Amino acid sequence: MADKELDQSKRRFLIAATGAAGGVAGAAAAVPFVASMLPSERAKAAGAPVEADIGALAPGELTRVEWRGKPVWIVRRTQEMLDAVKQNDGKVADPKSERNKELTPEYARNEFRSIKPEYLVVVGICSHLGCSPVDKFKPQAEPFETDWKGGFYCPCHGSLFDLAGRVYKNKPAPDNLTVPPHTYLSDTRILIGEDKKGA
Amino acid sequence: MAAAEKPPVTVTWAGPLNEPVGCVLTWVDQRFPMMSLWRDHLAEYYAPKNFNFWYYFGSLAMVVLVLQIATGIFLVMHYKPDAALAFASVEYIMRDVPGGWLIRYMHSTGASAFFIVIYLHMFRGLMYGSYRKPRELIWIFGMLIYLCLMAEAFFGYLLPWGQMSYWGAQVIVNLFDALPIIGHDLSLWIRGDYVVSDATLNRFFSFHVIAIPLVLLGLVSAHIMALHEVGSNNPDGVEIKKVKDPKTGHPVDGIPFHPYYTVKDTLGVVVFAIVFCVIMFFMPELGGYFLEYNNFIPANPLQTPSHIAPVWYFTPFYSILRATTEDFMWVLALGLVAYSALLIGTLRAQALRIAVAAIAAVLLAGFFTIDAKVWGVVLMGVSTLIFFLLPWLDQSPVKSIRYKGMLCKSVLAAFVIVFLVLGYFGTQPVTTGGTLISQVGTLLYFAFFLLMPWYTRMDKTKPEPQRVTW
Repeated sequence: MADKELDQSKRRFLIAATGAAGGVAGAAAAVPFVASMLPSERAKAAGAPVEADIGALAPGELTRVEWRGKPVWIVRRTQEMLDAVKQNDGKVADPKSERNKELTPEYARNEFRSIKPEYLVVVGICSHLGCSPVDKFKPQAEPFETDWKGGFYCPCHGSLFDLAGRVYKNKPAPDNLTVPPHTYLSDTRILIGEDKKGA
Repeated sequence: MAAAEKPPVTVTWAGPLNEPVGCVLTWVDQRFPMMSLWRDHLAEYYAPKNFNFWYYFGSLAMVVLVLQIATGIFLVMHYKPDAALAFASVEYIMRDVPGGWLIRYMHSTGASAFFIVIYLHMFRGLMYGSYRKPRELIWIFGMLIYLCLMAEAFFGYLLPWGQMSYWGAQVIVNLFDALPIIGHDLSLWIRGDYVVSDATLNRFFSFHVIAIPLVLLGLVSAHIMALHEVGSNNPDGVEIKKVKDPKTGHPVDGIPFHPYYTVKDTLGVVVFAIVFCVIMFFMPELGGYFLEYNNFIPANPLQTPSHIAPVWYFTPFYSILRATTEDFMWVLALGLVAYSALLIGTLRAQALRIAVAAIAAVLLAGFFTIDAKVWGVVLMGVSTLIFFLLPWLDQSPVKSIRYKGMLCKSVLAAFVIVFLVLGYFGTQPVTTGGTLISQVGTLLYFAFFLLMPWYTRMDKTKPEPQRVTW
């Protein structure tokens, strides 16, 4: 064995081939571990739609329901609040919800971003880094905006949204608040998380 | 060499136990290199004799690491990594577990103490040029330890499942969401759910109690092995190995780590323990800096606290993130153009010049096509990673601040001030003035690193001594 001459190039080839095969096997072995960290089937199934009863919601009030672990706000807007939305068109970055179409379903892609102008239904999560903005409905001079007509203020990084969930210009948040898929089951009951296709 | 052939251990101390101890030591040593480990790392590890105050923090970091592991083991006995039970289990530890409050406060105070000790340890390195050749790898292992520590702190902070835990994790995980193309799937993969939830808590628990600590221990061993291979630096920044006693072969300016520095470091540990205990017993929250008040409210996914900020040790980097607004991109663009002009003017090789121009052009295009939010995340990442480059950025002919000129001294002082100012504004709510100061701070922060090759060469240095001074 020892006195046989070594074929160095053959040995190098075999080392490289063994190394490569081992590397591929190692990488393949990592796949199940990486995959195990993806959302589980249970987490995926938890996205079931929720029903909200808005019968008791007074004009100018907000109610929160939890959908997929996120807050969904339902605001019953008064006529003054709707007028404020109209006046805000110049201040918001994307008044017609055109920048990122998947955030606003077809039926809500209007000035008030809702099916019925009276009811605003949005996911209360800021499009910047995911904090939940605070409602500041009273029109008055605020430290963050002197001509404040009511809306939402994000405490984390100061983004502003109007009463239709539209983001103000020059704020950290790039997009309007998401309007979740929703549909009216009756005049007082909303189903959040599902919509009648084509309706 | 077979075990039996090893020379017998000579035990030098006298006493009645001499013989049996010697026998046991010899028996062990023929099977395990106990005495040689002892000699190489303690009894005959020659450290420079001019170590000063700043050399306490390496051994203190080890002490805090042991403290965190020990307290962590006992906390895990009562803690429940379940979104429905976590908050209550921490309160249970605080109220019902005998001495639980003490162990928990030791762990939470230990976390902040760890960062204080590590920041001082890193500052020591900056002052005395401990990262310079031949200690580049010690520095790199050290930086990896620092990154692990930040990950460890971040994962651990979610576990109490308070409001700050929840929303802090939400914001930090969403940072990854900002990255183009892969961002959304990456953040989903980190959370394991569409929102921060039970799945997230469970995996962060796993990272915090086993994955990161294991990596940390490995890195600490590598850090010390590399240190003991090349030998410690010292406040004069001169190599003690250059002058050796011809008879013994030991550096004349070195003294054995044990007993000289084991005794000195024990004193350091005692003083540290006094300060630590005062904080732990009398002000464990330290005015909301060590434990944030909002974290005593259980996590509520439907409502963000009115002011959220990370724990103090992350705030300098958080300030850099928040400073990167749309308008600031213009300033950054200007800085980038100026810096690439400087680089092109300095570099001799044509290929390198073209490469710099190309990279600058790509970055410049990116500045105005990709959201400022993404660049904020990138800058925050770079601000922690840029420390890795220090061994190559520092071009001064001397290592230690003692022999550097006024220029380097003032720049280092300015950097420390900038770091603290950024840290302060990172704890505060966003204001126009605060953002402006953070933006200036961000520019100065990066200038400290990026301009280092120039100012360290321009600086008027003093000649280094042949031997250490004390």
